[in-house]
Amino acid sequence: MAGGSSSSSSSSSTGPSLVDSLFQRSLDDLIKSLRSQPVGAEPALLSRALAEIRREIRSPDPDTKAVALQKLTYLSSIHGLDASWAAFHALELLPSPSPLHKRLAYLAASLSFHPSTTDVLPLATHQLRKDLSPSSPPNFSSLALHLLSLSASPDLARHLAPDILPLLSPRASSTTTNTKNNNNNSSPLRPKAAVATLHALSLCPDVVPLLVKPLVDCLSSPDPRVVSAAVGAFAELVSATDPSPYLPLAPEFYRLLTDSRNNWVLIKLLKIFARLAPLEPRLAARLVDPLCDLIRRSSAQSLVLECVRTLFSGFPDHDRALRLAVDKVKEFLTNDDDPNLRYLGLRALTILGPRNSWGVVESRDSVIQSLADPDPNIRHEALRLIMGMVFDTNVVEISVMLVNYAMKSDPVFANEMLDAVLTTCGRNVYELIVDFDWYVSLLGEMARNPHCAKGEEIERQLVDIGLRVRDARPELVRVARDLLIDPALLGNPFLWRILSAAAWVSGEYVEFSTNWLELVEALLQPRTSLLPPLVRAVYIQAVFKVLAFCFSSYIDQLEASQVSSLGHSTTVGGSTIECNAASANCLSDDITGTESADGFATADKPASLLSLLEKKDPFFTRESLKRILYLIETAVGPLSENDDVEVQERARNVLGLIHMLQEIPAWKTEEEGFKKDKDNGVGKIMNLMQAMFSEEIGPVSVNAQKRVPVPEGLVLEENLSDLAMILTEGDIAPSMSISFTLRSHQHMETKDEAAPSVQSTYLLAEHRKRHGLYYLPAEKDETELNDFPRAYDPLLPVSHSDATEDLVKLTEQSLIPRKVKHTKPRPIVLKMDEGDGVLPSALTTVKESKDDMLSGAIHEVLLGNEGKPSSSQKGSSNKSSGRRMKGVSDNSESVPQSKENLDLGDRENRSSSSRRSQHRSHGKGRHRSSQNNEEKEEKSHRNSTRSGHHHERHEHRQRGETPLNAVPQAPAIQDLLL
Amino acid sequence: MIHFVVLISRQGKVRLTKWYSPYSQKERTKVIRELSGMILARGPKLCNFVEWKGYKVVYRRYASLYFCMCIDADDNELEILEIIHHFVEILDRYFGSVCELDLIFNFHKAYYILDEILIAGELQEPSKKTVARLIAAQDALVETAKEQASSISNMIAQATK
Repeated sequence: MAGGSSSSSSSSSTGPSLVDSLFQRSLDDLIKSLRSQPVGAEPALLSRALAEIRREIRSPDPDTKAVALQKLTYLSSIHGLDASWAAFHALELLPSPSPLHKRLAYLAASLSFHPSTTDVLPLATHQLRKDLSPSSPPNFSSLALHLLSLSASPDLARHLAPDILPLLSPRASSTTTNTKNNNNNSSPLRPKAAVATLHALSLCPDVVPLLVKPLVDCLSSPDPRVVSAAVGAFAELVSATDPSPYLPLAPEFYRLLTDSRNNWVLIKLLKIFARLAPLEPRLAARLVDPLCDLIRRSSAQSLVLECVRTLFSGFPDHDRALRLAVDKVKEFLTNDDDPNLRYLGLRALTILGPRNSWGVVESRDSVIQSLADPDPNIRHEALRLIMGMVFDTNVVEISVMLVNYAMKSDPVFANEMLDAVLTTCGRNVYELIVDFDWYVSLLGEMARNPHCAKGEEIERQLVDIGLRVRDARPELVRVARDLLIDPALLGNPFLWRILSAAAWVSGEYVEFSTNWLELVEALLQPRTSLLPPLVRAVYIQAVFKVLAFCFSSYIDQLEASQVSSLGHSTTVGGSTIECNAASANCLSDDITGTESADGFATADKPASLLSLLEKKDPFFTRESLKRILYLIETAVGPLSENDDVEVQERARNVLGLIHMLQEIPAWKTEEEGFKKDKDNGVGKIMNLMQAMFSEEIGPVSVNAQKRVPVPEGLVLEENLSDLAMILTEGDIAPSMSISFTLRSHQHMETKDEAAPSVQSTYLLAEHRKRHGLYYLPAEKDETELNDFPRAYDPLLPVSHSDATEDLVKLTEQSLIPRKVKHTKPRPIVLKMDEGDGVLPSALTTVKESKDDMLSGAIHEVLLGNEGKPSSSQKGSSNKSSGRRMKGVSDNSESVPQSKENLDLGDRENRSSSSRRSQHRSHGKGRHRSSQNNEEKEEKSHRNSTRSGHHHERHEHRQRGETPLNAVPQAPAIQDLLL
Repeated sequence: MIHFVVLISRQGKVRLTKWYSPYSQKERTKVIRELSGMILARGPKLCNFVEWKGYKVVYRRYASLYFCMCIDADDNELEILEIIHHFVEILDRYFGSVCELDLIFNFHKAYYILDEILIAGELQEPSKKTVARLIAAQDALVETAKEQASSISNMIAQATK
């Protein structure tokens, strides 16, 4: 104590002093002072308290240290202050013999330790081991297990795994029960140890051989808490990794499912089975009855919900069970008192998915009513469910319903619905849309929604459809016109983008317009001054295009009338209308000829233009042109002085053209003179202008850049050749450069064998196969696979054939019916290539290597390792074969090998299917007998539980070992499940 | 599994936080801010679930406190509601009709109780009685230790005088 006082005198400001210890504020004091502080003074108070703690925590007195640590824990967990700096002080207090201090230290440690950032964590190893040892009080072990399961790093888990083991095994628990004098049969530590084991397993797969067997033994413990903890641990393992290694445990889980009365355990078991059932069809057959029983008799909604989910996700073929589950969901949906059940019911139906859409169809009324639920989350789920059920047959009804409903809904949800419709309809280059006229007008309707904030996407789709779908253009122009002439829309900033698209569309496809004068008026109306400059620039450019079109078609018209006047020798004084009609007649043969021959591909602008002349009688007169010119001149004139360069430039362009036209003398004379002049004056200019716009604008493929041939001098494979050198030298672990060369390697493939260095690619592939672990995971391949043609039908989603009928019924009854039945075929939608749309979703992502290792290791423990590749081999072979898929074109040599790899991976699947077929051929007799067997075994098991602990353990060990022997031909699961 | 447990008062004050997945202090603060904004804004008679970054947050209000637990997307929401209720009942039994102040001044005890109910984000003790018994036993141990310690420190304090 003398030392303490001297240190306080020497450095009173920083060092801990006796005064600090004696007059230390307790946690209560701190909390009280924090609560009584005036508003706004908290930060100052906190920093003062923190300074105090920093001083106190270095005190040699454990009491002072403990209180300081407690205060810091409080501040960090409630006020979010950083406590990582005190990790060492928490460690200092861990070995304290006082349970009070120890508890505080463990609490502080478990709240502040972070497995990856706390660098003093390894220092805790020894103390943890000491506290875990069976000789220390169970309280201490429990604290240590807590810390271990919260903040263990992989290293810590590896080092301490052997110390968890005794706590996990029943023998040790019996000794601790002696010391603890608990009337319960088993130690309270065993469940905690089970959970800590789970954590250790998921952190470092190396400990699997050590820990999995005891964990499996826990499943058959008589103590329900141990069973519960073990089942929970397995539920986590199964859901986190590949579930197939856990199949041998299915009989054990099944026994628990039929025996257990604990809802918590049952829910966990159902989670496990939801993952296992898809792997093993016989399992599903066995589980259906218990599950239905649970649904019928359980009063716990959580358990019923879990049953329903399990049935929906894992048992898509058991109609009877699904019917029961769907009925239950209907009850949920119509439960007006409990929003939770409504929400969960909708979510459950989402799981059911398109394959069993009848379930959704039956509850359609509730689902559609849920769109009006007061809870936004429920509305959101209902929308998600509905959008998941959209097919090309019902997309019209559902979209119309949603867009109409969006008019009445609140702004946030209205936009959510619009967004859902836009995304669904635009998916994969509008694969759902058959009737584009309808869709375009729907887009127009969306713009009329007062809450609409989806301008950007609507703009994109309007332009995109214009580019891709020729047939939709007339309707597109009509919709654009309706949008443009409405002066009210110009005031809404959310619609500016849409208006910009409308202006562009009506300029680009002006030939489909019916009233050009009206269009020009709309584009130049006074309220356009409200638009932002960029949109205004688009407007003016559209005016430019309209102007050019009007003039050139006027000239064409005159030309045509000349032709007709020659042909029919009509007088010049005849009415222009007659001339028009005649000219159209004489040209129409040509036009229809070309159109029917080659479709739209060859129908260029003049042809379609003339066909329009024929249909619509545009009737350009000199007067109308003059009026258009005048209109443009007066409206655009002032814009040539506009502040914005874009607007100014385009305005000047338009004005320049007008001035040029007006300078030509022929313009001033009568129509007759104009006609004569056309060869050398206005006609020339207009032809030029028209030529400028006649080049059709098309969509650009996302992969366009890849198609550009690599120029001569560009060397892309340089790194690759370096690599070849390295590889021939010896087996050197690839460095950073590999990941770079990898990319160029892929690039090379996309260029279709343009690359000369086949040798090095082969070497790289070989190396990758051998050292797959060191390579980046193969997920990036998704993008490259675009280059291969996919088996892909844009019109038909995979499984809609059975679902569509039902959903048509749904929409016909409960949604607004369609007015017109469209029977015309879907127009051509221009697609650049398959990769243009969304990425293929069918590609499964490759699992993380750690998960692979974990499940592989567990597989070994539970199944033995014969007949299966070991974890790392399996992982790498799968990966390399996955990667080989795209390497095939380059190195044919490695193809057979990769096939072998795949076969190896598939072997189990195939063997199980062959087993299945065998089973079927055996028929009912065997089924019955095996069932008897199973019953017998269950009975014997029950006897054994009665006959005592020791015997039972023996039995379980046997049970645990049977799978080991019976693996390669038929896992143990067969005996119990047939 | 449960990723974290947060108790927030109606005024947005944090009353307890427990993290079963590793989050840095910065992330923790951010998570709490986001969640309290989302959850406190929700009115009564709405469902108790919020979707959040691919996870689900199950919350339930008891008096002025919101008990929130964050779980994986495929976990059972109703089960978590039951766990929350379980926790509240045990707190209630331990403190004798628990109120917010109890949790404020005994925050470490709330942690100890929570630790007996959940371990590593899993429910470990479904029996209220057992939890009460375990906590009581620990408290007794700590009390005796405290008595000893206080007597020793008294002695030292006297010796230094």
